[in-house]
Amino acid sequence: MTQPARHAAMLSISNSGSNLAAAAEKQQPAQHLHTQSQSSQGLRVPSNRKTIYDRHLNRSRNAELSRASFAFLFAEMVTYAQRRVTGIQDLEKRLNEQGYPLGLRLLDLLFYRTMSSSTSSSLSSSSTSASPPNRPLRILPLLHLIHGPLWRLLFNRPADALEHSVSPETPNEYMITDNDPLVNTYISVPKEMSMLNCAAFVAGIIEGVCDGCGFEAKVTAHNQPTEMWPGRTIFLLRFGESVMEREKVLERAGVK
Amino acid sequence: MSVFSLIIINKAGGLVYQREFQPGLRKLSTNDYLVLAGTFHGVHAITRSITPKLPLPVTAPATTPTTSTPNAVSPSATSTPAPSTVTHSFPNPGIPATGLETMETDKFRLTCFQTLTGTKFLLFTDPTMTNIDVIMKKIYELYADFVMKNPFYQLEMPVRCESFDRNLTGWLRGRA
Repeated sequence: MTQPARHAAMLSISNSGSNLAAAAEKQQPAQHLHTQSQSSQGLRVPSNRKTIYDRHLNRSRNAELSRASFAFLFAEMVTYAQRRVTGIQDLEKRLNEQGYPLGLRLLDLLFYRTMSSSTSSSLSSSSTSASPPNRPLRILPLLHLIHGPLWRLLFNRPADALEHSVSPETPNEYMITDNDPLVNTYISVPKEMSMLNCAAFVAGIIEGVCDGCGFEAKVTAHNQPTEMWPGRTIFLLRFGESVMEREKVLERAGVK
Repeated sequence: MSVFSLIIINKAGGLVYQREFQPGLRKLSTNDYLVLAGTFHGVHAITRSITPKLPLPVTAPATTPTTSTPNAVSPSATSTPAPSTVTHSFPNPGIPATGLETMETDKFRLTCFQTLTGTKFLLFTDPTMTNIDVIMKKIYELYADFVMKNPFYQLEMPVRCESFDRNLTGWLRGRA
């Protein structure tokens, strides 16, 4: 995993490097706990001695979560992130950092579930029903992974649009559109903060997924309301130089 | 058949929301709306406190099967037991006094709904309008969704939630 380290180095202005380290640290105790759950020292174990780590990962596959409880949880997350922030950008950065570790972990769950499901998935164009899908190597399969399976895992429906920047100066920019982001359903941003979009949290998840795949990227959420969709949000993905260079090499090599 | 306007009063009697949906009532100044909210809050509290309490025997089950009008229940309930063991209850046992619920003129009807937490919704409608409780329930639901789940809303403060406005107008327009 050299990629996230490079990503952290490039983001010298933000401290998402520490964030990443924290995520790595969190994963360590998680495995630690798994082995420890039998001995149950310092860990609360339910009476039937089954912890969350004993459950099968596919158990919650089709389980649904109460929308209201998520709304209240997310409202508290926003309120928490709002403490001692210096401005809207700072707030969005904090929300992004809350989502980032989630994206890193979701990626593994997503691959695991896509692999174990017998039905042929639309994970990547190269995957056939027999062989397990590969990790995306090129940008487009990655974007399809985010637009389709990731969105379905998170929101139970695919995203609404996937576009490439038309400007020749920014070939590294891609846009994913969500007409009505679930996280913003009950949120009305006050007028003095009209630039804020709380879907920065989702942008953080996307960023985590991109980084987890080895595509170093910056993802931001922007408001783009229309008459029909007042909450329309565009997630702007900016891939790093190294990713674009590799993309060119892979294109020449004919890798799909 | 029209909903003229909605007022929301917080538990301290302050006006937190005022919105007109259809013309039909004369407009008041902002200050007058504040006075209206405060006055209504006071009158509501008075009407609640003057609700008579009916004497009831302690031994009698709290949930009497007869849910008819309290006037019909009270004489039969009070006459038989000894007065020393009598306690008091509101006309409907188990339900505290609600206070002023509707007020009617020949041009409009004012319906008040108080939530369990003390927030009051005042709805001004056409006097011929029916099913106001359905509208009230939906307004309460929208309030719970788009105001209470909004992280930028501060409790007891004026409601400035764009999505609440949008969904409220959208739903009322869909009904009309």
